Amino acid sequence: MSLLETRRLDGFYGDFQVLFGVEVTAEPGEIIALIGANGAGKSTLLKTVCGLLGARRDGVVFDGAPIGGLPPGEIVRRGIALVPEGRRLFPSLTAEENLLMGAFARRRGPFTLDAVYRLFPALAERRRAPAGMLSGGQQQMVAIGRALMTNPRLLLCDELSLGLAPVVVKQIYDALPEICAGGLTVVIVEQDISAAQRVSGRLYCLQEGRVTLTGPSQRVTRAQISQAYFGV
Amino acid sequence: MAGWVSTLIQGVLLGGLYALFAMGQSLIFGVLRLTNTAQGDFIILGSFAVLSLAARLGVPALAAPWLALVILLPLAFAAGYGLQRLVLNRVLGRDPLPSLVVTFGLGIVIQNLLQEIYSADPRFIESGGLNDASLALGGGLAVGTLPLLIFGVAVAIAAALHGLFTHTAIGRAFRAVSDDREVAELMGLDHRHVYALATGLAFLLVAVAGGLHGMKTTVAPSDGPALLLYGFEAVIIGGMGSFLGTLLGGIILGVTQVIGFRFDPGWGVWLGHMVFLAMLLLRPAGLFPKTR
Repeated sequence: MSLLETRRLDGFYGDFQVLFGVEVTAEPGEIIALIGANGAGKSTLLKTVCGLLGARRDGVVFDGAPIGGLPPGEIVRRGIALVPEGRRLFPSLTAEENLLMGAFARRRGPFTLDAVYRLFPALAERRRAPAGMLSGGQQQMVAIGRALMTNPRLLLCDELSLGLAPVVVKQIYDALPEICAGGLTVVIVEQDISAAQRVSGRLYCLQEGRVTLTGPSQRVTRAQISQAYFGV
Repeated sequence: MAGWVSTLIQGVLLGGLYALFAMGQSLIFGVLRLTNTAQGDFIILGSFAVLSLAARLGVPALAAPWLALVILLPLAFAAGYGLQRLVLNRVLGRDPLPSLVVTFGLGIVIQNLLQEIYSADPRFIESGGLNDASLALGGGLAVGTLPLLIFGVAVAIAAALHGLFTHTAIGRAFRAVSDDREVAELMGLDHRHVYALATGLAFLLVAVAGGLHGMKTTVAPSDGPALLLYGFEAVIIGGMGSFLGTLLGGIILGVTQVIGFRFDPGWGVWLGHMVFLAMLLLRPAGLFPKTR
């Protein structure tokens, strides 16, 4: 049984439909990537899975249970965590306090504060810095760490590379195997196609709210991606 | 010279009372971005509640109001929690107007309810002579015991709130929900519950302010708006969302008013308003703003 499964998922912003019958699955322990142009619906799909946007109850199925439309707090307690697009750290809190916010979900697991600092040693020195004073890369680490502190079974990462220098992006994605060592399943949304292909096992391409391509990341060709990405 | 020192001390102590009026306001605005127009009326409601309960307790006047206050505290918390959860959560949104209107309406209801029950006459909480007592400070100076006590309570509350917000999990929750409600939900926080906790806590402060105020001065059902104004001015001068700032804002307001009074009884409150307006013009965020 897949860990995550979306079934004919339609996504709406108010009356405006953004997702059309999207079917995506993630098996336990997989890293899958969602690629597509701006506005294709990638972030919308993640927001629908984690409860920030509504959906039909059986539109999203997690570990066999229908969770579509449930409040985000309920979904995070079941084990899905989102690293939001643009980081969205709490500016009134320090780096460490941001990480501690993940503990409100009260889930047990390997990710404690110490585990996060081992994963991202650069954060340990900046733990008392206000979140707004951190560099882009450090903020991304805090955002990931904060999501990990909820000890999820499924981690959703929305555009980790946004606004970051390539060397920093590489640093962050290099940490991914260690993050997944305990069997965590990850869905990443990425604009950087090379990074997406390198890091994931399978990928989906979205175009105007529909899945236009899916396949093993290493075998999908550039030509296929171009076609699916732009629809030409 | 001693006259001016005495004036200054009185101003500082008065400022403690104003800071007390403002603490609940500062807390609610800092966490919920809600302006409670009925803040002053709730304080007066607190005064009358302490007044009525203290009279019925059958204990000596020196202890009665304090015992009444202790009994009322959990009720105040429950009232604040319930109000937020059942009423105010429904009117919170991007538009600040609905919450202003609802709390304004609540203020009117409270004023009229109190007037129905107690009549419009000013009333006074008997404190067994506490409000007449004074402490000699040496050099011919003396301060009222009750104003000093009120100031001490204000400082303690400001420090406690500051500590709560910076060092506890619930404080982090308050700050996070205030920063970004959506992402706070992603962390498992239920904003309806967190908001209600904040309002419950604010109502504890309102009850304390009401009880102390009623022991120091006479209270009448229509006094609320003036208290709202002083509290609001203290918060604006000190900076929204900062409790130590609110304390300082209250002190500045109190000192200003007392200095104004010294020149002419008609100038006291007016000078306070002038300082408030000057702050709005020169530094609208206040002295130590924490809330964006």
